[in-house]
Amino acid sequence: MSDATKTGAVLVVGGGISGLTAALEAAEVGNEVYIIEKNPYFGGRVAQLNQYFPKLCPPTCGLEINFKRVKNNRKIRPYTMTTVKSVSGGPGNYEVELETAPRYVNSNCTACGDCAEACTDEIDNAFNFGMNKSKAIYLPHEMAFPRRYVLDKDACSADCLEAVKGACKYNAIDTEMAAETFTVNVSSIVWATGWNPYDRKKLDNLKPESSPAIISNMMMERMAAPNGPTGGKILRPGDDKEIESIAFVQCAGSRDENHLEYCSYICCMATFKQMTYIRERYPEAKIYVFYIDLRTPGKYEHFREKLRTDANSSFIKGKVADIIAEDDGGVTVVAEDAVGGGKVQQKVDMCVLATGMKPALGEQGKALGLKMDGNGFVVSEPEKGMIAAGCAKSASDVYTCTQSATAAALKAIQNAQ
Amino acid sequence: MDKVYGAYLCTGCSIGDVLDVDALKEAASETGMEMQDHACLCGAEGQALIKKDIEEKGVNTVVVCACSPRVMQDTFNYGDGTITIRGNLREHVAWTAQPDEAGEENQAEQSSDEVDEFLQEMGEDYVRMAVTRAQKSEVPEPYKMEQITKKILVMGGGIAGITAATEAAKAGYEVTIVEKTDKLGGKALGWRKMFPTAYPYSELEQPNIEQMIAEVTGNDKISIKTETEVARIAGAPGEFGVTLKDAGAESEWDAPAKVGVDERDKIEKGEMEDPNTGLKVYTEANPDAELFGAVVLATGWRPADVSEYEHLGHGTLNNVVTNAEFERLAKQGKVPAKVAFIQSPGSTDNDRDFPYCNSVTSMVALKQAQYVCDDNGENAQAYILYQHMRTPGNTELFYKGMQQRDGVFMTKATVTKVEEADSGLKVSAEKTLLGDDLELVVDMVVLAAGMVPTTVDEPTINLAYRQGPGFLDLDISDGYADSHFICFPYETRRTGVYTCGGVRKAETMEETIDDATGAALKAIQCIESADRGVSVHPRSGDQTYPDFFFQRCTQCKRCTEECPFGALDDDEKGTPLPNPTRCRRCGTCMGACPERIIGFADYNVDMIGSMVKCIEVPDDDEDKLRIAVFVCENDAYPAIDMSGMRRNKMNPLVRFIPVRCLGSVNMVWIKDAMSSGMDGVLLLGCRYGDDYQCHFVKGSEIASKRMENIGETLGTLGLEPERCGVEQIAISDYDKIPGIIDEFVESVIEMGPNPFKGF
Repeated sequence: MSDATKTGAVLVVGGGISGLTAALEAAEVGNEVYIIEKNPYFGGRVAQLNQYFPKLCPPTCGLEINFKRVKNNRKIRPYTMTTVKSVSGGPGNYEVELETAPRYVNSNCTACGDCAEACTDEIDNAFNFGMNKSKAIYLPHEMAFPRRYVLDKDACSADCLEAVKGACKYNAIDTEMAAETFTVNVSSIVWATGWNPYDRKKLDNLKPESSPAIISNMMMERMAAPNGPTGGKILRPGDDKEIESIAFVQCAGSRDENHLEYCSYICCMATFKQMTYIRERYPEAKIYVFYIDLRTPGKYEHFREKLRTDANSSFIKGKVADIIAEDDGGVTVVAEDAVGGGKVQQKVDMCVLATGMKPALGEQGKALGLKMDGNGFVVSEPEKGMIAAGCAKSASDVYTCTQSATAAALKAIQNAQ
Repeated sequence: MDKVYGAYLCTGCSIGDVLDVDALKEAASETGMEMQDHACLCGAEGQALIKKDIEEKGVNTVVVCACSPRVMQDTFNYGDGTITIRGNLREHVAWTAQPDEAGEENQAEQSSDEVDEFLQEMGEDYVRMAVTRAQKSEVPEPYKMEQITKKILVMGGGIAGITAATEAAKAGYEVTIVEKTDKLGGKALGWRKMFPTAYPYSELEQPNIEQMIAEVTGNDKISIKTETEVARIAGAPGEFGVTLKDAGAESEWDAPAKVGVDERDKIEKGEMEDPNTGLKVYTEANPDAELFGAVVLATGWRPADVSEYEHLGHGTLNNVVTNAEFERLAKQGKVPAKVAFIQSPGSTDNDRDFPYCNSVTSMVALKQAQYVCDDNGENAQAYILYQHMRTPGNTELFYKGMQQRDGVFMTKATVTKVEEADSGLKVSAEKTLLGDDLELVVDMVVLAAGMVPTTVDEPTINLAYRQGPGFLDLDISDGYADSHFICFPYETRRTGVYTCGGVRKAETMEETIDDATGAALKAIQCIESADRGVSVHPRSGDQTYPDFFFQRCTQCKRCTEECPFGALDDDEKGTPLPNPTRCRRCGTCMGACPERIIGFADYNVDMIGSMVKCIEVPDDDEDKLRIAVFVCENDAYPAIDMSGMRRNKMNPLVRFIPVRCLGSVNMVWIKDAMSSGMDGVLLLGCRYGDDYQCHFVKGSEIASKRMENIGETLGTLGLEPERCGVEQIAISDYDKIPGIIDEFVESVIEMGPNPFKGF
């Protein structure tokens, strides 16, 4: 392909921390960038986190800066609720067909919230993993960018739709909105499609559905978040009991050939972080961590050190074999103690499964012509202008994701030259 | 630019319902602008109204009193030549309306025209401040360098440096690699095999360093200088003046150590030796220096010294070696058959790895265990004794594969002793997986020594800066030249210098290649930003830069000391020498300056001071105290917006004034506020300390120190120092902010009105 026909533009698929970073880093060099996100908001997984390890700072702080960078940079064109339909053409000049799902709320929306006030129907709040309800017209979360409501039309009765429309003073609600497809021409594509929490329901032996006291680490993030379903209180789902004891089950699905054969990278540090959430709220609660290895390398060791000596915390090397629901609402965690020997049975009020990361792109990647590895991660082919970034490429922490996304930006630009 | 103003008031989103629109317009008028109102300024009609004025009346300075400046930015952006100033009447006023104390029923009985006078006064003050700000704002003109060089300097010729150079060259940039040894390749030259880099991550790979070297050597965009070191780097992004020298040589151009004000004093009194004797002063330009636009630092690491762990015998026992030494043996020939790899020093009260390991040394042990197997067939016995095997992500797959290999034995173990035995070395361990104590007799013991970054031993980057030659804050990252921002891994306090590879973190080759590619991107981006005259992160694209009115400079050196990014050098007298392309536009210099001679086109001491002074302070009403709150616009301001969005009440006695960073808060604003009769001043900024969240690293910390000092000043005037406060706010604290502010206001109310009110 000769330079003359190269578009020079870059498409970034995925608007989480990796996609935002790749898009911004490329645009701030001076390239044209399209960034698309399937959710109605940018920010991806990190928007759901209460805090980052090891600094225990809110992810929205970095997102705010990144959103400001997007707003201030005319080289970036952001699209939410948008996915890739097809990719044709070749390196230097891909033609990508994109589809934007109907939001049913147009750009007149001022986010005043009158519609939600009037809305009578509710839906499971997906942002909070279904732990509470939201109105069927909603702002996904306080810091959502773009700040525009989204309507789950199918969840609404006709009366509700009328009420919602009637409440909007700005003519922003358009229930006739349809999906739109459009095409962009780009030189390269950065795949920053991120991850989904591994489905805990697949962990048969841990019987995650046998008790509401068994939650995932991502659910814990939402519970601890001030804008979460419990307003930041950590209470046992089901009976809202305050926690006197809690178990963390590491490698719930990860490092397990029946589930995810790789290590999900973040779960050990996530657990140490969540131990601080518990400590902050329950200074005396007993904490039990069942692990294979504690993967808190490098500078993360300092963070572990603060909790390692915590008098009310125990670390047991042993994979959890069973979790038994108890009548009082708690659970008993059963594991082999690999060092001390023997079986450990620990009754606790609540249990957190440290579930890992499953690449989110899934089968669609192959259909779009991407090279995928045996675990569903995208393999970069920079010579083709197909570049993977962040957790689409391999399980990583945020720091490594932003680093890899910055690298992806350069690979994308090279192809756009 | 001759400014033509247009002021607009939006009455939508309940602004018009809770505020008296005519009185708001009157406030604008009194401040100097006639304001038009519209029920929905962001809608098509509202936009048409503004655009019509721009076209017909030539309006170029638009005041929009409506929602927060953080929303609808595109809508109210009328192009580069037009200034838009936003007054936040929605999130900061209308949405904070306090429901009537007596409850909603009572409220319903009130006349709908009745407006809360406290809320109204808030609204009017925000209108006045927006108008004032518009009057004081100028269109920024970007700082254009006379000449710019886009060439990139890469320090270090190992994998990181080679990658950074190759990747930058692929994007079209010229690169010079400086390597202090006589050849490129670095540590990788000594590797027998590399970690697997592709699925299924089961087999070690042949080193490809020779190919990498060949590629970089054959690239005509890349020049290579071996046996060369950087003596000093002067200048700034786009025009770094780099003095090179023969490796190991001393040069009069070596980067001078930092000499602070106190040290300078001692040197002059003869109480201290000048550490920079024989060196050119840092501000002297070397006419022979080579110019570069940005720098990638890839000087790597050295193997850690593990002889301090005496029970392990390194340095005292034969055949106790480090992993780096073992690799050298393996590269040269056959390795012994029975080898114990010790991953942790094995103290009984701690299960940490050796220092500087990160997750690399677990993989190294696995790789080297494979050598033992490869070289010794059935006789191979490789024992890996670990506390925690650290093979994150896909490296787990290699670990899993190695667990199946014959001849490789692994266990968690606390190693207590290595000693000589009849037929070799005896390794004693306890707390193993088997539950028992363990004794092994092996031919060789390999200790998993970590990777010490070059920045632990010396400044490395050798900057000829007023603030010294090295990176700052290395202590919080164990000496690695690393960013302290999770979201922004390449941001250090030295603009235009980007670190990668072992100097920033113990990394595998795969990680290093990614890291170096990212660093190359940042170097390119910095150069292009300098070329456009705009700031880099976090105020990316900002066209303003600090302007100094030097005639009034008293050489107090506060700005040069406090700039978090070392952007200001100084001359012999102490007059600052700005380097705009090093500057991140936080305004800490502006906040520091007692003479108030530093400012930006759209942000300066006079502007904010004037905004403070335009707040109306009733001098006869004890219920209407006034408190100025300077708010960091990065975190605290969005949090206040969120608070409004959640319809939290907000104390109506406070007035929020956004600032770029608390570091930019000039203490004269505090004095302005107090002397205009306001009753208290509060600063809301980011957390500081080791886990700082300040985007400009030091701003909030510096502001806190300044506020302590001003507290004392107030004391001498007979005012309570407690009238001035600083609070650390995270962006997620939106529901806590009203309480924090109420508490401060209550404390001021208890002190009573400012006694200077009305004078």
